[in-house]
Amino acid sequence: MAMSHTSKNRLCNLPPGTVITGKWHGRSYRLLRRLGNGANGVVYLAENGRTRVAVKLSDDYASLASEMNILRRFAKVQGAALGPSLLEADDWQSPFARETIPFYVMEYIEGENFAAFIRRRGKEWAPVLVMQLLSVLDRLHQEGWVFGDLKPDNLIVTGSPPSVRLLDVGGATLQGRAVKEFTELYDRGYWGLGSRKAEPSYDLFAAAMVMISSCCPGPIEKKGDGRAQLLSIIETDRFLTRYKEVLQKALDGRYRKAADMRRDLLAASSCHTSAENERKAVPSRRSGRQVKRRRQARGIVETVVIAAALLGAYAFYIYWQLAM
Amino acid sequence: MRKGTLRQILLITDGCSNHGEDPAAMAALAREQGITVNVIGILDRGAMDENGRREIEAIAAAGGGMSQVVYAKQLSQTVQMVTRQAMTQTLQGLVNRELKQIFGSDVSLEDLPPDKRGQVMEVVDELGETVALDVLILIDTSGSMKTKLPTVKEALLDLSLSLNARMGENRFSVFIFPGKRAHAEKMIDWTPRIEELSTIFPKLASGGLTPTGPALREAIAYFERKRSLRSWIGDGDEPYIEESSL
Repeated sequence: MAMSHTSKNRLCNLPPGTVITGKWHGRSYRLLRRLGNGANGVVYLAENGRTRVAVKLSDDYASLASEMNILRRFAKVQGAALGPSLLEADDWQSPFARETIPFYVMEYIEGENFAAFIRRRGKEWAPVLVMQLLSVLDRLHQEGWVFGDLKPDNLIVTGSPPSVRLLDVGGATLQGRAVKEFTELYDRGYWGLGSRKAEPSYDLFAAAMVMISSCCPGPIEKKGDGRAQLLSIIETDRFLTRYKEVLQKALDGRYRKAADMRRDLLAASSCHTSAENERKAVPSRRSGRQVKRRRQARGIVETVVIAAALLGAYAFYIYWQLAM
Repeated sequence: MRKGTLRQILLITDGCSNHGEDPAAMAALAREQGITVNVIGILDRGAMDENGRREIEAIAAAGGGMSQVVYAKQLSQTVQMVTRQAMTQTLQGLVNRELKQIFGSDVSLEDLPPDKRGQVMEVVDELGETVALDVLILIDTSGSMKTKLPTVKEALLDLSLSLNARMGENRFSVFIFPGKRAHAEKMIDWTPRIEELSTIFPKLASGGLTPTGPALREAIAYFERKRSLRSWIGDGDEPYIEESSL
């Protein structure tokens, strides 16, 4: 059931210092501040003794329970941290509601919002972080999942050296099912570029959109032909245009595996240093395109010359055979 | 639990009914027959008048479904969300009923310890993915709705995109009201592909009356007719009937 407005407002505005006690396990958590609002609940930073944790409260029992199921399943994946780890689930007998409020406690991941990080540290971080993201996604896909609601807000950059982690796993879906939660801008269905079936290419589209939106200064809004619009955004951005091929392939759903996209992204990043040097010789992008066109023209001439030569040789051969 | 079909009516309107029966009563009737009624109120700008909002909430409450009032721009997101949530809600109701049968008392999802709750939700999620779904879309085309119809069309295409990604089967049918001869007029018969919609929408002419109640009644009748036809063929496609006491 959807959250009613009053109880949502109350959950969103719990004053710092509020103590939440679980009715099943009896542990208490003191809220410190609000970290953010998810699609179906509110996340607070809290402490239990000396440990800092993140607590998610919701009044939607069902979706919170589904979400915990996903976190539990992710926890079973060895080695890789696919999402925040789940610590405890309980219900809180709140003072203002007659019924209890379900909550779960997870690991607190300290870090910076993905978009903010790139704004602060520079665009060159975008491909690096997206490559890290693709490694995590590859792992997730191998386990039979799709992340679903992939967007900068669900990514956090943590630690030094900076590394990217997934937050809010509520949209994670088993492959072959329908993606339940998505955000229009990062949804290929919205752009008219594919279905909402949970398959690796769904996430890879979103990963390309994460890179585009974090390098693009203004907000993106779909107008008319989605694909043409996205391609023109890539082409008009000096930075993104270096990754045009990878991004286009991901937008078209032509990558089957995150690892393949990662490899191409890596290749495009490492060759751009040489492209940079070339760029110095060629003053503008327009002339760059002209060079390309000239190169293409030369290719056609070559083909014609070779074909003519072969035809000539063959004619001469036949003439020679007849003459014999 | 037997495999069945979830049945929903999705009513899209922008204001008050002004003709015929009370639409909330018709929605209650639908619920008695195992059909959930969801209502989406659609706005251009400003706020919906209080009567309109109240009516929308009343219809959805009586029909055991969800209601949302949104601006035209958010329609796509809302339509698919409301449909999904209403499905989960119905399935949860069914699972809750099963729980009551097992435990004998008034046990619902909320009363279970969090771990058990997760197991129940796994069942609900699984059902939500695989269950067959019939959605009858009932569109108000009276007066002021005219300018909003292109947005409605887009939202419905988006809905079919979301639902057709599921593993379960879907069927859609589209009715508009007021109709030329009856209160509601069938535009599209049951079909898994809603894309046909693009061909009929330009033909819509907007009329004056808003017979929401009678239109709902005809929509319910259409569901029933389909079922009786089906039982002739012997498909055995039983609908889920939800108890109104949930």
